[in-house]
Amino acid sequence: MEPNTGKITSLRVEHITKRFPGVLACSDISLSVGEGEVLALVGENGAGKTTLMNILMGLYRPDEGRILINGEETVFRSPGDAFAAGLGMVHQQYMLVANMTVLENIALGYTRAWSPLALDLDMVRARIDEISRKYGLAVDPDAYVWQLSVGEQQRVELVKTLCLGARFLILDEPTSALTPQETDELILLLRKMTRELSIIFISHKLQEVKNLSDKVVILRRGEVVFEGSTADHSSDDIAALMTGREIHLPRNDAPECEGKPALDIRGLKVRSDRGFLAVDGLDLSVCAGEIVGLAGVSGNGQRELAEAINGLREVEEGEILFFGRNIADHSPRDVIDAGMGYIPEERNTEGIVPSFSMKENFILKDAGSPRFSARSFLKLEEIDRNADRLRTEFDIRSPDTDAAAGSLSGGNIQKVILAREISRMPRFLVAVYPTRGLDMGAAEFIHRRLLEKRMEGIGILLISEELEEILDLSDRIAVIFKGRIIGTLDRGTADSRKIGILMAGVRNDEAV
Amino acid sequence: MTKQFKILYRTVLILLAVAAAMLAGALILWTIGADVTKTYSVIIFEPLKNKIQIGEVIIRAIPLTVIALGLSVAYRSGIINIGAEGQMAMGIIAATAVALAFPGLPKAVLLPLALTAGAIGGAAWGFIPGLLKAKLHVSELLSTVMLNYIAAQFYTFCLRGPMLDPAEITMGSGTPQSMRLTKAIWLDRLVPGTRIHTGVYIALFLAFTVWLLLWRTSWGYRMRAAGAGERAARYGGIGVAGCLVAAMVISGAFAGLAGAVEVAGVHRRAIEGITSGYGFSGIVVALFGGLHPAGIIPASFFFGLLIVGADMTQRMAGVPANMVLVLQGIIILVIVATRMVLANPYLEDRVRRRYCRLTGRSREE
Repeated sequence: MEPNTGKITSLRVEHITKRFPGVLACSDISLSVGEGEVLALVGENGAGKTTLMNILMGLYRPDEGRILINGEETVFRSPGDAFAAGLGMVHQQYMLVANMTVLENIALGYTRAWSPLALDLDMVRARIDEISRKYGLAVDPDAYVWQLSVGEQQRVELVKTLCLGARFLILDEPTSALTPQETDELILLLRKMTRELSIIFISHKLQEVKNLSDKVVILRRGEVVFEGSTADHSSDDIAALMTGREIHLPRNDAPECEGKPALDIRGLKVRSDRGFLAVDGLDLSVCAGEIVGLAGVSGNGQRELAEAINGLREVEEGEILFFGRNIADHSPRDVIDAGMGYIPEERNTEGIVPSFSMKENFILKDAGSPRFSARSFLKLEEIDRNADRLRTEFDIRSPDTDAAAGSLSGGNIQKVILAREISRMPRFLVAVYPTRGLDMGAAEFIHRRLLEKRMEGIGILLISEELEEILDLSDRIAVIFKGRIIGTLDRGTADSRKIGILMAGVRNDEAV
Repeated sequence: MTKQFKILYRTVLILLAVAAAMLAGALILWTIGADVTKTYSVIIFEPLKNKIQIGEVIIRAIPLTVIALGLSVAYRSGIINIGAEGQMAMGIIAATAVALAFPGLPKAVLLPLALTAGAIGGAAWGFIPGLLKAKLHVSELLSTVMLNYIAAQFYTFCLRGPMLDPAEITMGSGTPQSMRLTKAIWLDRLVPGTRIHTGVYIALFLAFTVWLLLWRTSWGYRMRAAGAGERAARYGGIGVAGCLVAAMVISGAFAGLAGAVEVAGVHRRAIEGITSGYGFSGIVVALFGGLHPAGIIPASFFFGLLIVGADMTQRMAGVPANMVLVLQGIIILVIVATRMVLANPYLEDRVRRRYCRLTGRSREE
C-alpha cells in the first residue's frame, strides 16, 4: 500500500470516553490540533494522557466518541490504521524488540522495504542515514536494542517514527532522557518540524510546555480541566491546575555535611553488555550525610556503575570501598547485607517482581530475615503489618496490599521500591533516575524522602538526567562522560549551563 | 461489580467452552462414522458407573498429581521441566533396585527406603539439567528431553539385563520385566475390590507440602521470585542459580517418587510402559491446575477420567482409543483458551456493561 503523503491539517478528538475495569480512564475528552500547531498534554500520572494517546494510535478503541482527521471521521481498528493515517507516536515505554538490532527494528515497520521474499535492509539503512543526518539524531543501526541505554532507545524510537513517514507526531515525554542542550535542540528541531507537521506532546516538564507548545490541555482524573493558549499562562498556573494544588519541589539547602567517606570508588573499570569498558577508570567518593548527584547523558556508564556497586555486574578493575571495605565483585546479597540500598533504573522489571503482590515485594530483600520468617516459615502477619504500615506511610495508592505490584502506576511502583529500600534502614542509598516519568506530586514526595534520609546522615548517590533534580538535591555534582567523571562541581557554583557543557564532554577549562 | 453477574458470567463461559469442545469433538467423531452420543456417554459416564472404574480413575490420578506437583515447583521457579517422563523411569529403576537388593528387610524399613530411593533416582535426573541451566545456561527444554531418551533406553536395558526376572530366562518367554517384588514394598489397598492404594495419602500429603513450601516458607518465596522475575530476584539478593537447581531436584524427586509409588502400589514389579506418558500428561495437568495444588488435584482426577474413558470407548463404542487422544487434545485447547478468556477483565467489563444496559440496571450497582 502506497502511504498517503498528504498533510494532516487538523486532528480533532470529540467526546472520547474509555473505561477500564473499575476505572474511567478518559471521560468525555475533546481537543483539536490545527496545522503546524503544537499541543501540550499535561496531567499527573494516571490522569488518562497515555490512554488517550493509545486511542489515537489505534491500540485501544474508545467506548464512546470519535476522531476526525482533516474533518473526516476516522476509525482506527489497529495501530496500522492510525499509522496509515499518518499518526506516529513515540511511546513512553519503548516499543522495540530487545534482541533485534536498531536496523531490524526499523525494518519491522518499514513496509516499503518488504517484498514477498526479501527484505531490503540496505534501503532501510539508507533511510535511517537520511533521517538521522537530517534531524541530527545519531544512532548505530547495528547495535542491538538490549545493549542500548534508555536514552539511546528513545532516540531510536524517534528515528523509527520519522523513518516510517509519520506526518503527525505524538510524543510521550520526549525529553526525559536528554541533556538540557539536547532538549533545547530538540525543541528547536520540533519547532522547525511544525512547518511540515503538527505535534501533540505529553510532558511533566512545564518549562518545555512553555517553550514548545502553542496550546495546552490539562487532564485530571480522565477529564479536561483546562484548555487554553500556552502564552497566557505561567508554568506555576499550569502546575497548580494540573495537581489541583500548589507544588513546591523541595531544595537541599542544609549546611554542608562533613561526614566520613561512605562510598569510595577508585579506578573502577566495568564492561557493558556489548563488551566495551562502559565505566573506564572512574573515581568518585560520597560521604555519609551527603547527596552526590551524578549527571550525564544516559549511556555513559551510569547503569554499569550502579550495577557494579550493587554486585550485579562484574568488576574488571578497581575498588569499591564501602565504609572502608572493598565490595567490588561481591554478591548482591553481600552488598545488601553491608547496608546498601538501591533504587534501580528499571523499576518495572528489576525493582519489583511485577506479578507479586505489593506486600510480597516489600520483603524482596528480606524473605529470610528473622523479622519476616522463623525457621524458614514466613510470618504472614508481620508481612501484612509491614505492608499496611508502608502503604500508609508512603501514601501508595492501591485498593489493598494484595494488589499485584505490576498493576500499579509508575509513581506508585516507585513508592513501593522507595518504601522498601528506606524502611530497610540502609547505610547508603544508590538512587538511579528515581523520578523518571513521575508527575510533580510524586517527584516532590520522593525528593522529600531522599532529603530526609540525607539529614539522617545517610549518603546518597543520585544518578539522574534531570538537571533540576540534581541541582535541587545535591551537595556536590559529578558529571559522568564516557565512563569517567569529567568534572565535579559544588552546589554553590553549579548551574545547568556548566553541567550541560560537561555532560557534552567538554571539560571546564576548555569551555568558552 | 455485582457478585451475581460474576458467577453468571463465569458459568456461561464455562458452559460455552464445554459446548464448543463437544461440538468440535462431535464433528471429528462424525467424520470417522462413530456414534457420537454413545461415545460421549461412554467417556463421561462409564468410568464413574461403579466402584472398580472409579478406582481405576483414582489410581491414574495419583501419579499425575505427584508429577504435576513437582512440575509446578519447577515452573513456578522459572524452569520448564519436560523431563518428568525420564525422571519417573529413573525413580522406578531405583525403587525396584532397592526392593530387589534387600528382599529380607521388614516393610517398615524397606518401603520408605524404596520410596526414598525412587525420589533420589528422579532427583538425580532432575539435578543434571538444573545444574546445566544454572551454571552453563543450557536450555532445560533441550537437556530434559534428551535425558528422557537416555532414561528410556537405560530403563529398557535394566529390564532386559540386570533386573530381568530369572523365571523369564528359565521359561524362555523373555518378557522384559523384573520379578514380582517382595510384599514388603507393596502399598496397601484401601478399598476392597478396587486397586486404590495408600499412594492417595502420599499424593495428598505432597500437595499440602508443596503448598506449604511455595506459599508459606522463605525458600518457596525465593523460588517463586526467581521464576516470576529473575532480574528482580537477583537484585533482591536471591541466589537464582541455587533456586533453579533446587527446583529441578524437587521436581525430579516428585516424578521419581511417582514412579516408585506406581510400582509399589499398582504393578508390584517393573514392567515396560509404566510411565506411559504420565510425565507428559503431568505437564498438562500442572498447567490446567493453574500450577497450584488445589487445582492440580481435580485436574488429575479429570485426566484420569479421560485415560480410563479412552480405554472404554474402544471396547464399548468401537471408537479407537487414539480418537480419544484427539478429543483430549481438543479439550486441552478449549480449556486453555477459556482460561485466557476468563482472565481478561476488560472483556468481562464490556460484557457486564452490555448486560447492565440490557437488564436496565444502573452501572454502579
